[in-house]
Amino acid sequence: MYTASDLRKGLKVIIDGEPYVVTSFDFSKPGKGQALYRTKLRNMITGLTMDRTYREGDTFEPASLEERTMQFLYKEGDHYHFMDNENYEQIIISEGSLGDAKNFLIENLNVKVLMFGDRPIGVDLPNFVNLRVMKTEPWVRGDTSKADFKPATLETGYVLRVPPFIEEGELITIDTRTGEFSKRVKE
Amino acid sequence: MAKNWPLARRKENLQQRARLLREIREFFVRNGYVEVETPHRIPSPAPESHIDAIPSGTWFLHTSPELCMKRMMAAGYDKIFQICRCWRERERGSLHLPEFTLLEWYRADGDYYSLMEECEGLIQSVASSIGLGQKIVFRGRKIDLSPPWERISVKEAFHDYTQTSVTEALERNHFDEIMVQDIEPRLGTEKPAFLYDYPAQRGALARLKRQDQTVAERFELYIGGLEMANGFSELVDAKEQSKRFQAENENRQSLGKRIYSMPDKFLAELDEMPPSAGIALGVDRLAMVFLNAETIDEVVAFTPEEL
Repeated sequence: MYTASDLRKGLKVIIDGEPYVVTSFDFSKPGKGQALYRTKLRNMITGLTMDRTYREGDTFEPASLEERTMQFLYKEGDHYHFMDNENYEQIIISEGSLGDAKNFLIENLNVKVLMFGDRPIGVDLPNFVNLRVMKTEPWVRGDTSKADFKPATLETGYVLRVPPFIEEGELITIDTRTGEFSKRVKE
Repeated sequence: MAKNWPLARRKENLQQRARLLREIREFFVRNGYVEVETPHRIPSPAPESHIDAIPSGTWFLHTSPELCMKRMMAAGYDKIFQICRCWRERERGSLHLPEFTLLEWYRADGDYYSLMEECEGLIQSVASSIGLGQKIVFRGRKIDLSPPWERISVKEAFHDYTQTSVTEALERNHFDEIMVQDIEPRLGTEKPAFLYDYPAQRGALARLKRQDQTVAERFELYIGGLEMANGFSELVDAKEQSKRFQAENENRQSLGKRIYSMPDKFLAELDEMPPSAGIALGVDRLAMVFLNAETIDEVVAFTPEEL
């Protein structure tokens, strides 16, 4: 059983018999009032999202989903094709069910596909993935301001903020839990 | 580029934060306050239903310097301020750190209305001293700091922003949710706003209003939807205070929380405290608003996760 203080982005819980994943989370506390946990949850079957606010004592049943290790093969429209590494069975997951994971899928990446019964409903990514920067403004050398980020577009089309010293063509590590830049990869 | 670039890029913010602290001290010294320091480790935190202290040995890290500062007031120190670290268990979010910086001050010659005016003076003066002027930009909104600021009672806020009344919200046990979802985001968006006259049970250490015993003389200051400060006319009746602490402890027990021992020395001296007003202001939050920061992480050197 989870309690409200275990809530964090990515946690999977059962609500009214269906699996949900926490897509955003914040703690709030009105002056001298009780702790409130404000969440956005995505239904892992329908893809629909909802806002819910929980209190400190609230409890949740963890969504225990069977995980199968699969390789991401390719994308076709909004269909993402995966292959089971053990029996070579191929499955399709729609873009809506992937959520933010779609930003980090590159061909041949091994992921954990989550099964609700026979049905693939999402993927769990490694915490860190390496992706190449396809597009970003060059760094003006001699610019010593350390306060700035600049946008960069990755090979998956995902746009994120990176430190100014990152250049086009470089490989960088992304924390898939936050979607943020983690470090530059030495090649 | 430093290896710890998230820290390196906060340099400008932390330099401004240092100026902010210096200007706060300037303001209070100029206005006849004495800076004091009280212990961070204490044996008995004030029992309040929803504020949890972090144990330190058999004692606790203080959740605010309130009790010690009031003992000083009772002993004849009549205008005091303190800037210190405080700790609250399990409080972490985009506006919360379990270890944070509080500015707390007390004055013997005023009530909660005079504190509201002092807040206007303090924040306006600090903003101009660190080069921000009369208007600040926070989360895409221009906020005008020139006084007078908005003053809205809790009752009016429920009327203006919700479909329910305070009484109904309390009865249905939805007060906090409505506050967070429907009221707080609307407060202080054009000018800072004081939300005042809280239901009596929401002010465990505040004096009740003479003309209306259902409300406590307590207010919160909001800027850009963020709660900045909590102030009130102090309760100086030791018997009443002891009764309220017991009720808070009973509530804690029913919530399955730790019960705190009675702060006996504080209660024994409270009757000697003159009629006073006191307030605590979150320095990290003020820095957030002044520096237009998205999260509290951006205005401190280290978050717990970065240690």
